[in-house]
Amino acid sequence: MGWIILIGILVIVVLWYVLTYNNFVNLRNRAENGWAQIDVQLKRRYDLIPNLVNTVKGYAAHEKEIFEKLADLRARAMGAQSVKDVGETNNQITEALKTVFAIAENYPDLKANQNFLSLQEELTNTENKIAFARQFYNDVVMQYNAAQQRIPASIVANMMGLTQKEYYPVDEGERGPVNVQF
Amino acid sequence: MEKKTLYELQTENVRKTYLFLVLFSMILFAIGYFFVWYFNWGISGLILLAVFIIIYNWISYENSDKIALTSVRAVLADPNQYQVLNNVVEEVALAAGIPKPKVYIMNEPQPNAFATGKDPQHASVCVTTGLLQMMNREELQGVIAHEISHIRNRDILLMTVVAIVAGLIILLRDVMFRSMWFGLGGGGRKRAKNDNGAIVLVIVGLILSIVAPLIVMIIRSFISRQREYLADATGAYIVRDPYGLASALEKIGGYSKPMRTASNATAHMFISNPFGHVEKLFATHPPIQQRIERLKNLTM
Repeated sequence: MGWIILIGILVIVVLWYVLTYNNFVNLRNRAENGWAQIDVQLKRRYDLIPNLVNTVKGYAAHEKEIFEKLADLRARAMGAQSVKDVGETNNQITEALKTVFAIAENYPDLKANQNFLSLQEELTNTENKIAFARQFYNDVVMQYNAAQQRIPASIVANMMGLTQKEYYPVDEGERGPVNVQF
Repeated sequence: MEKKTLYELQTENVRKTYLFLVLFSMILFAIGYFFVWYFNWGISGLILLAVFIIIYNWISYENSDKIALTSVRAVLADPNQYQVLNNVVEEVALAAGIPKPKVYIMNEPQPNAFATGKDPQHASVCVTTGLLQMMNREELQGVIAHEISHIRNRDILLMTVVAIVAGLIILLRDVMFRSMWFGLGGGGRKRAKNDNGAIVLVIVGLILSIVAPLIVMIIRSFISRQREYLADATGAYIVRDPYGLASALEKIGGYSKPMRTASNATAHMFISNPFGHVEKLFATHPPIQQRIERLKNLTM
């Protein structure tokens, strides 16, 4: 009788281990997929920035400072390694782009330029997608990190050598109004 | 008004919907049973009726999106001509974690929109040209988020089933009515062994056939209204912004002319009622002012 109970317990433990292991694999894949989504949109943004700069330059050549800043940020963002660095440089790009579009308000010719309007829409689109992809990624990372900390799943997490994933940083400027809403 | 979280709203909604679906099925069964009894079909008739209902539902379900889109004369929205619309749909789909639905446009001055399709992989979103003209990007995003919520919450499936069952019950009533009034019951007359019992049953059947469709319409409207509230809340949650949709609803509410191409069959699909004001009991949509209130009171 004793050995039946022993085997029973063993089976339950193995089953639990397999389920927990697979759950971690799923969560990790989902987080990585979420990051890939962000990455695609960031690349698209890096491609669009030079086009935007060239278009705006034709109308507002003397606003040199912002173009240089944008080019510099773009280079830094493309070279950034950690999630935090990528996020922070890109949040700065968001700010710089806002400035460019604010400047455009002063140039009626530029605002009427079809190419500029199309670029503006494409960048807004990319911008929103980055925000949504970030939202999705951060949600998954939160689940993943929390799952690793919970007992007894944390034992499996340790055995798998899992580490906590970094959140994509939320822009401080954006945070204010969003917090008021919810 | 007390504040509700999305999750409370969601469970409450699902519970109510199931309750009403059970009621729905009971009514359908009662009518079906009476129908079979009246025409003296026996067990084979009952099976035949069930097979007919299943096939009828299946065909309607498989083709529901095509039927809906054709009936309002919607056309695919060209990605170059409708760049913003296509972009917004793509963004919100990304936020909701579903593939980008097909984007349709219908030529209609009333600002309105609907979603259709049996699952997120085969879904379409359709907006009117009036909506595109009246809304800014945030408002459009709010409206699209509402529609995408319908897709993600599988409301379209539920509403299709509900519409089909409602249609079926009304069809049965009409057949029954006609055969009773004009004596087309055929074999029906032979069935009566006990005349008194038969008369009572005929009266019950008559009452059932008058009352049931009414109840069914009320249920359908109720489910539809609940789903609209939920889609508003889910939509706001997906894009983390209830104000775009609230402001869009305000503009939609301010437009009073009815739609040219809508019909009764498609009315419950749209984001706002295409006919304008309808009595509350039969309304497929909650009052816009109430929806805006609820949106502004959401906590997430």
